[in-house]
Amino acid sequence: MDDRMGVGSRWRAVLPLLVMAVLTVPILMGYVWIIISTFSQRTYGLVPVDSAGRVGGLTLENWAFLWEDPNIWKVTLNSFTLAVGLTIGVVLVSALAGYALSRISFPGRKAFLGTTLILHAFPSVTLLISIYFVLRWITRVPILGRGIPVIGGFGYDTVGGVILVMLALQLPLGVWLMKGFFDNISWDMERAALIDGCTRLRVWWQIIMPQIKPGIAALAIFSFISGWNEFLIPYTYITDQEKSTIAAYLRSLMSDTAPVNYSQIAAVGLFQLIPVMIFFIFTQEYLLSIFAGGSKGGT
Amino acid sequence: MKLKLENLTKRWGAVYGARDVNIEVKDGEFVALLGPSGCGKTTTLLMVAGIYKPTAGVIRFGERVMNRVPPKNRNVGMVFQSYALYPHMTVFENLVFPMKLKRVPAKERRERAQQVAEMMGIGHLMDRKPGQLSGGQQQRVALGRALTKQPELLLFDEPLSNLDARLRLSMRAEIKRLQVNLGITSIYVTHDQVEAMTMADRIAVMRDGLLEAYCPPDELYDRPATLFVAGFVGNPPMNFLDVEVTQANGELRARCLGLDVAVPAERGARAAGKPKVTLGIRPEDLSIVLGEPGGEADTVVAGEVYVVEPLGRDDLIDVQIGQSHVNVLVNPGLGLRLGDPVRLKFNMEKAQFFDPETEQSLLWR
Repeated sequence: MDDRMGVGSRWRAVLPLLVMAVLTVPILMGYVWIIISTFSQRTYGLVPVDSAGRVGGLTLENWAFLWEDPNIWKVTLNSFTLAVGLTIGVVLVSALAGYALSRISFPGRKAFLGTTLILHAFPSVTLLISIYFVLRWITRVPILGRGIPVIGGFGYDTVGGVILVMLALQLPLGVWLMKGFFDNISWDMERAALIDGCTRLRVWWQIIMPQIKPGIAALAIFSFISGWNEFLIPYTYITDQEKSTIAAYLRSLMSDTAPVNYSQIAAVGLFQLIPVMIFFIFTQEYLLSIFAGGSKGGT
Repeated sequence: MKLKLENLTKRWGAVYGARDVNIEVKDGEFVALLGPSGCGKTTTLLMVAGIYKPTAGVIRFGERVMNRVPPKNRNVGMVFQSYALYPHMTVFENLVFPMKLKRVPAKERRERAQQVAEMMGIGHLMDRKPGQLSGGQQQRVALGRALTKQPELLLFDEPLSNLDARLRLSMRAEIKRLQVNLGITSIYVTHDQVEAMTMADRIAVMRDGLLEAYCPPDELYDRPATLFVAGFVGNPPMNFLDVEVTQANGELRARCLGLDVAVPAERGARAAGKPKVTLGIRPEDLSIVLGEPGGEADTVVAGEVYVVEPLGRDDLIDVQIGQSHVNVLVNPGLGLRLGDPVRLKFNMEKAQFFDPETEQSLLWR
């Protein structure tokens, strides 16, 4: 940077901000509209209006689902279960697989890495029907099918089944991400730990894992958010309203026959957004480390 | 503890990391593995540490064969170029970590860590994280960590390469003193021949996975067994000239374009009669002859100054003789400039001869 704060350099600092501000305005407008409309009967642009078109008409009616529809809390809990289950699964498997792929040379390692990447590029919609048959088959397995508490099981029409499917779809990204983080850790540190008296597993757990905490955090947040927001897979494989997730619940408000109350949909959408926002505020630092490409600090 | 490597070989597919390395290290000895990067010195060290499994050959600690013993059971301490400290642990935790794994009682752990920290001069840094330390301090911690577990063998993998030049000098002396005091058998990998020469009791020079020489530093310097060793050890490096050694009237002479010097019989005996040999002579064994030419000894050669590099204490000058160039260390007071005609006296008592085909010495092998 230029040390002299002349006219030119001040402009150089202000100009990018200005451009970014202008580009952000349309996005912000969307959010502002959502917030305003959830408290209005109708809106005219950003102005809340009542049914007769006069300015005003503020109401809490759109939020009534929170206390009138008991299902909302069930689906919220289901979404939470899905998001947490997915996060645990993705982090655990990715961390172990990523470590193995980064450190251990075994036959088929390159082929495995290539295939996972191709799988990741596969649109999940094309797999929906075949996965349906797989889930139906798992349903018939005793206990594992639909006899597990909290997640229901791993079969069709259970939260666990959805976790299983999403886990498979999320893993390629997770494994590659974790491998990248492990690749950045020097071999010397691992060798030092082996010589100091660690077993391989202990090196992974006590020496390497603490180094990639930012990576684990980032992956966990990513997985949590994608589990929380996922629509297609829970919508497809869960038919029971009570086992449904919040995204599917949102869809059910847009019925094909009755007129759609967009203000209510905005309210449910905002409700769904709140946990993610809170989560994001506390974890954005870690998320950035994905783009920064690894952990900082130490050597 | 004694250490013995017998025909130690590491191969990845068709690539040899190390090949038939035979090294014997006496109890308490300090051995340097010296060579350019990729020569197999670190590979050899990692095999001793147990990180790499040898493809063939035997590693013995004392009499015991260690080939299949995992690194954690070898009781070695290792210091890495990158320090390899655990960044999420404090200095104290780093120091006690190996002892914790060896199930040393907590009280003894603390005492030993404290003692080593005092010895390394890092006692006041115990609560810091490695990221908060300078490179020199980190390397002290790394050395301390290798020592707290009271290893029978210390391994160094270019530990000073990441330090600045001044710090390297002081750490060099410190490691040497420490090793002598503690009497722990040590292997020290380096590509810096000065480090190897100054610290080691014996130096093993490696190239392309092969052991080129294994002897004390002075022997390595005065009696290089191969062309590679001669060129690698010494700074500025030895000069090499392609010459023919002929015998006339019972006197040996080394000749090439612009050069014709007498060779002492005991030096040139095996070089004589070959169509082409490599004459090696160190820059300090060449000197400038002052005064008018004529009537001098038959080891003086005329040349021309090609390049002058002031080094401070000496000037390193490149002198062209015929088609060849030699480096000479001269007194800067002479004020030599480019293009000046000079006469060089060759101290042929120190000359080396090598067979250019086999690269073996014609004096020591």
